[in-house]
Amino acid sequence: MASIIQQLINGLTLGSIYGLIAIGYTMVYGIIGMINFAHGDIYMVSAFIAVTCFTLLAAAGISSVPLALLIVLAVTVAFTSVFGWSVERTAYRPLRGSTRLAPLISSIGMSIFLQNMVQVTQGARVKSIPPIITGGIDLFTRDGFNVHLAYSQIIIVMVTVALMAVFTWLITQTSFGRQQRACEQDRTMAMLLGIDVDRTISLTFMIGAALAAVAGVLVTVYYGVIDFYIGFGAGIKAFTAAVLGGIGSLPGAMLGGLVIGLIEAFWAAYLSAEYKDVATFSILILVLMFRPNGLLGRPEVEKV
Amino acid sequence: MNMLEISGVHTHYGHVHALKGVDLVVRSGEIVTLIGANGAGKSTLMMTLFGVPHLSSGRIVFEGEDISGLKAHQISRRGIALVPEGRRIFPRMTVLENLQMGAAMSPAAHFGPDLERMFALFPVLEERLLQRAGTLSGGEQQMLAIARALMARPKLLLLDEPSLGLAPLYIRRVFDIIGELNRDHGMTILLVEQNAHHALRVAHRGLVLQQGKVVLEGNGQELLANPAVRAAYLEADQ
Ligand SMILES: Nc1ncnc2c1ncn2[C@@H]1O[C@H](COP(=O)(O)OP(=O)(O)O)[C@@H](O)[C@H]1O
Ligand SMILES: [Mg+2]
Repeated sequence: MASIIQQLINGLTLGSIYGLIAIGYTMVYGIIGMINFAHGDIYMVSAFIAVTCFTLLAAAGISSVPLALLIVLAVTVAFTSVFGWSVERTAYRPLRGSTRLAPLISSIGMSIFLQNMVQVTQGARVKSIPPIITGGIDLFTRDGFNVHLAYSQIIIVMVTVALMAVFTWLITQTSFGRQQRACEQDRTMAMLLGIDVDRTISLTFMIGAALAAVAGVLVTVYYGVIDFYIGFGAGIKAFTAAVLGGIGSLPGAMLGGLVIGLIEAFWAAYLSAEYKDVATFSILILVLMFRPNGLLGRPEVEKV
Repeated sequence: MNMLEISGVHTHYGHVHALKGVDLVVRSGEIVTLIGANGAGKSTLMMTLFGVPHLSSGRIVFEGEDISGLKAHQISRRGIALVPEGRRIFPRMTVLENLQMGAAMSPAAHFGPDLERMFALFPVLEERLLQRAGTLSGGEQQMLAIARALMARPKLLLLDEPSLGLAPLYIRRVFDIIGELNRDHGMTILLVEQNAHHALRVAHRGLVLQQGKVVLEGNGQELLANPAVRAAYLEADQ
């Protein structure tokens, strides 16, 4: 029992991070119908920006944790959004209007490019920072098992919940959100109503990158260790989360993220820690085979 | 004054030569109708005005400005609104959100009064305001598509077969509204129709498009009386 609760806590933490990344996949798919394979690497780049930022702040002698965290979040989100914007501008926009496969392949190329860029500029070895948020609460002990809730986990879940709320408001209530959804439903019609569709697509990439950047900062805080390859694993899991939730569906991405996080935590605890990635890949295959529209997705036929 | 001047416009879809040198002028304050059979190129002309697809040669001048090099959203912002073929309302948005999309580029202060005007014109939209637009009937969707276009306060309103697939009651309503908008609000309208009977009656002038070319031009009465037009576009209606 105690161990189950512990895995729930761990799973929710992981799931929050996957959910944040998954939104980027699902939004981009929704608006231009492509899977952005470089999205996981955007997240990886953001983690490097975060680590650099934390290191610089420590060197500058800023010791207040909340202040450091806020600065790092702001800087990382800003820089990563610019990355997201540049990737779309250079690798995808020139291919708009060509075949469906072209931007897909371009995104694989962009993924390789980003990994190599970080490898060359930051080195191939892991980078680590000292723990930033230490400590936690021992909830209870039963049968010799201690249920521990780390402060970092509380912060991760709280930041994610707050961000999802803001993001949901942005999409459902604001004029930008309306334009974004209009472009998703009928891009040509949106243009005819005066919407600058290219700009809306750019902003979509920036928002997806910004959310991934928050995930990057949170992961840095949680694990304290990153390397140039973390984008692949996290990317596949977040992509699976988006597919599981129903690609194109925003609540689906959030739900999918949580489910994948929970499955991974339980799988690692009770089945096999080494083969925990098998769980994700199996789910991806099963969903694609038996429920391609996911949990909350709508049938493809409606797409115009 | 000429609001819209289309001269020598050719449009291609790949190898399909859809418009073969179309000339057309719409003056301020008039209703012009373009009639033609299926596949004549009517919708292509409407979309070419917005640059999707781009014209391959010719000129489109709106209020003295050559707009043929502009992007669709820039053209729309110059004051041209389209009620497209097939209505193209946003099905997973509410009626209200669709109307907000129509007003996306308008000053916020216009929204309240414009919404009231739309409710007066199309009472059904007020009843259905928070319903998903995809669940409306065809006629209601057409009303919404017209209202959405009007929310932008366009100088020139383009309508592409607004009566297509509608019940007779709605067809009457659509043409009444077109007449009303022009008469009471001085709106300039370019109307594309296969339903030549109704269209020619409401329009000041008409043109007949055939296989990408304008083959006949005249005022509504003349075209209604023209034997060739009668044979091609009116017999079936009688
Ligand atoms: N997207 C397209 N791709 C290729 N050909 C098209 C396309 N749209 C229309 N056409 C062709 O262009 C011609 C004119 O079509 P259209 O403008 O839709 O006619 P109308 O609106 O008068 O029925 C037709 O021959 C049609 O087959
Ligand atoms: Mg047509």
